[in-house]
Amino acid sequence: MAVDYATLKKGGFMRQKQKNNFSLRLRVVGGNLTAVQLAKIAEVAEKFGDGHVHLTSRQSVEIPFIKLDDIDRVKAALADGGVEPGVCGPRVRTVTACQGEAICPSGCIDTYALAKELDERYFARELPHKFKFGITGCQNNCLKAEENDLGIKGGIKIKWRESDCINCGVCEKACRTNAIEIKDGKIIVDESKCNFCGRCYKACPTEAWDTVHGYIVSFGGLFGNSINKGEAIIPFIEDKEKLLEICDAAIEFFAENANPGERFKFTLDRVGKDKFTDKILEVYNG
Amino acid sequence: MADLDFNIDDNVDITDVVCPTTFVKAKVALEELDDGQILAVKMNDGEPVQNVPRSIKEEGHQILKLINNEDGTYTLIVKKVGD
Repeated sequence: MAVDYATLKKGGFMRQKQKNNFSLRLRVVGGNLTAVQLAKIAEVAEKFGDGHVHLTSRQSVEIPFIKLDDIDRVKAALADGGVEPGVCGPRVRTVTACQGEAICPSGCIDTYALAKELDERYFARELPHKFKFGITGCQNNCLKAEENDLGIKGGIKIKWRESDCINCGVCEKACRTNAIEIKDGKIIVDESKCNFCGRCYKACPTEAWDTVHGYIVSFGGLFGNSINKGEAIIPFIEDKEKLLEICDAAIEFFAENANPGERFKFTLDRVGKDKFTDKILEVYNG
Repeated sequence: MADLDFNIDDNVDITDVVCPTTFVKAKVALEELDDGQILAVKMNDGEPVQNVPRSIKEEGHQILKLINNEDGTYTLIVKKVGD
């Protein structure tokens, strides 16, 4: 019987160089797995694989050496532990995330909650080519937002609240972009230099800043055969619903305009960044 | 040491160590103090002054002032807040 490799690949079974062996990619969201899931993965790797797993470059787990004949039993066993196969091929891939503000002191947004939301919204959606989302919580960029087709970086927009300021001077030094100057007891923020890292607010002993947590979104990143740093169109998006509308618009643009096998960056280059920028601004201002 | 308007109970110099020992040294010095006492922490410009104040804040202590000693070092005035 002919083996339908495309369907297997779509279902996360990656053909190995060893005949009839597959490396099963699992569905992982935002890099998190529960202990129960991990125990089940270990069990399946022992029973159906060769006893090891591989951690992929994009936060997934693969169980190699799964035999073709065992595929259904493997899926059933994994389902028992709340684990699903992932995807490969021309569709929305694993949504990656750092730990974000739920865990990390530097985090500006809840990256995991957002990863889950994007995963539910888009996971495995069929597209002309692969499409990767990555979410990082702050300017430290542990998750490398700009290497994704659509990267999201958390940020904090700040406004000094004089009434609570004790004039300690910590913020001026905490700022890495020299956007803060203290003159005669007044704090002057050069908005053109602010990168929304939120370090002034996080270091401030009295948190004398009004803050808005938001998103910096980059488009067209690549880090494979070709390398390209994704670029932002809107400096800072405050509203999450607006962010989701912009993600919808980007995916729609890709679905409508991309040639089969063409990554987002090359669609933007071919169709014209201006056209895409107009669409994103229309959604943002709409 | 810069001219201070605070009643300093103890001093610690963390200019001779690097991250993460900078914070650890300051933290240990704070542990020696009683609640409400004041510590002056002398640190280098750059990474220490960018990060140590925030780490001390996150430990729950109260930062009162950061003084530029004009010699490439800063002195952070911290009031110990007990558990």
